[in-house]
Amino acid sequence: MRRGFRFWGLVPAWVLMLGTLLIPLMIVAIVSVAQRGAYGGFEWAFTLEPYRQILFSVGWTDELEFDPKYLFVIGRTLVLAGATTLICMMLALPVAYVIATRTPRMKTVLIYLVTLPFWVSMIVRVYAWLIILGNDGFVGRIWHALGGQGTLLFTPGAMLVGMVYSYIPLMVLPVFAAIEKLDPALLEAGGDLYASRWTTARRVILPLTWPGLAAGSILVFVPALGTVLEPMLLGGGKQMMMGTLIQTQFGSARNWPFGAAIALVLMVMVVIVLVLNARRAMRKEARS
Amino acid sequence: MRRGEAVEVFNVSKMFGTYQALDQVSFTIKENEFFTLLGPSGCGKTTLLRMIAGFERPSEGSISLFGAEIASLPPHKRHVNTVFQSYALFPHMSLEQNIAFGLENLGWAKAKRQARVAEMLELVHMSDFAKRRPDQLSGGQRQRIALARALAPEPQVLLLDEPLSALDLKLRQAMRDELRALQRKTGITFVFVTHDQDEALDMSDRICVLGQGQIQQIGTPSDIYEEPQNRFVADFIGATNFLEAEVVSLNGDQAQIRTALGLEFTAAQKGVQGPGAATMSLRPEKIGLEEQASGNVFTGTIRSRNYMGGFTHYAVETAGITLQVSRRNALSHAESYDIGREVKLGFRDESVRVLGQ
Ligand SMILES: Nc1ncnc2c1ncn2[C@@H]1O[C@H](COP(=O)(O)OP(=O)(O)O)[C@@H](O)[C@H]1O
Ligand SMILES: [Mg+2]
Repeated sequence: MRRGFRFWGLVPAWVLMLGTLLIPLMIVAIVSVAQRGAYGGFEWAFTLEPYRQILFSVGWTDELEFDPKYLFVIGRTLVLAGATTLICMMLALPVAYVIATRTPRMKTVLIYLVTLPFWVSMIVRVYAWLIILGNDGFVGRIWHALGGQGTLLFTPGAMLVGMVYSYIPLMVLPVFAAIEKLDPALLEAGGDLYASRWTTARRVILPLTWPGLAAGSILVFVPALGTVLEPMLLGGGKQMMMGTLIQTQFGSARNWPFGAAIALVLMVMVVIVLVLNARRAMRKEARS
Repeated sequence: MRRGEAVEVFNVSKMFGTYQALDQVSFTIKENEFFTLLGPSGCGKTTLLRMIAGFERPSEGSISLFGAEIASLPPHKRHVNTVFQSYALFPHMSLEQNIAFGLENLGWAKAKRQARVAEMLELVHMSDFAKRRPDQLSGGQRQRIALARALAPEPQVLLLDEPLSALDLKLRQAMRDELRALQRKTGITFVFVTHDQDEALDMSDRICVLGQGQIQQIGTPSDIYEEPQNRFVADFIGATNFLEAEVVSLNGDQAQIRTALGLEFTAAQKGVQGPGAATMSLRPEKIGLEEQASGNVFTGTIRSRNYMGGFTHYAVETAGITLQVSRRNALSHAESYDIGREVKLGFRDESVRVLGQ
């Protein structure tokens, strides 16, 4: 009876995993080693051509030339996602600290405000930045008033602003949870033992909120790797990222196998991040 | 030799919103003193301690440390250290690192720091545990490390907020002696907060009794116990019998008293302004039964008996009043009195305290 339940009870979960994760993943994997179709799609023939394409381009005389074009895309994606994560960390720490030290009522209100952006469509919110950063926008005007040249839009900076904005709630929430768990007496003990506020932050708050920062980093970094909207709207599509590259391949470029190959590379990167994080957590577990 | 004033609290009041936690509190703590703030929970002890440490600011008044005004300094600029009630050891640091933390912030050189950490671990008998982390310790051990960490930077004053309350009974007694010995050995001024009168009487040089945000009395343990100045102190410290009485006349610090028992006698008094109604306090152990009854003697009836080991507590009814009497069970077998028995009971004039009117 129990044994039966243990098996049959898990069936819905297995169906869900199979249907939404494993089967689509298999399809992507298969497409990534298939032949490119003439008008999009793919043809059933095995080839490693899509993977070759990531590193080499074909010269005039059919010889392969090393071409770092797509490596740059991968690098740029990593840098942008990494920068987004770091900036989110630096902003989330003080924000979460301030929230965690308010009265219970105020805390509820502030946390609600942090999650509020999720109630509005992501596209609308990114468009809002398009306006804010634009030449007639609030920030754009200040930029010009301060003697800035050209437009703020369609630059890596604009993408970064948009990404930090989009993902920061995912950092604030776990960091807030970690700070809230801190015994306030520990912070007082820091001051009592002659640590300035800054030293207390560095030597007491930071190490003890590290688990929250790690969780927040995963939550920010992983989706930031695959981001599409910000590079498209705020980056003006000028700066190709992995997310936009994949989208173009399945869309206008009509090279499904290449898109699938890039998607798999992206996925491997995500898995590496998750495995590293899990190992770090396990080491920590083992130590205590 | 006149000892310096380690801490001076002058006219300090503290408001939390509209709630007055402390009302015009003033006292001075002498150098090398074991000074205890005693009072029921919620009377403002922690608030007072936190103001000396710098975690709270007084709404009014001033606090000085060895003559220097500190009320507006942040905690890290005051040379005082705190032993927190929850210990507040840093969980991510080893015990060594915990103890060294304050020294590092003060900029002590490495060699000096290491020597001091070793010395402190030695002092609290924890040398073998230097590399452990706080979560690998028992409550008593954590307590010791919290002490070592707070003593390491050689504070001018050490603040302790109910440091023993989280320990079990047996450990608490041992830690009392240890704390007291530590204070003598280091010569550091201790400000100790507790709601436990036994602790306060046992350990302190002087006790400041706080009640309802105000100072009720300051004095040595025996002052506080033997000569309570008001009903609050007499009630809070030890057990006592309150008797309504009438002051017939005053002569110096002697009062002619008439009690509801119909007795007249003279007693030392404090805080009595003139003739009129007054309350007197008579400790249960100051009343003798049968062969121990002397002074003002009358008869009563045993109403209840509680055997406590070293003592037996009786409730004795006389002239419509029930008196609590505590009788020591002496070396030789002490007679035990059954409920309902008529006994002689008596007390001496000097055992009675007349409290403020
Ligand atoms: N931060 C605060 N905000 C509001 N009220 C407080 C605060 N801290 C203490 N109090 C109140 O002040 C009174 C004294 O508190 P406390 O000093 O902690 O008492 P004790 O340590 O003697 O038990 C209590 O009634 C408490 O509720
Ligand atoms: Mg308290």
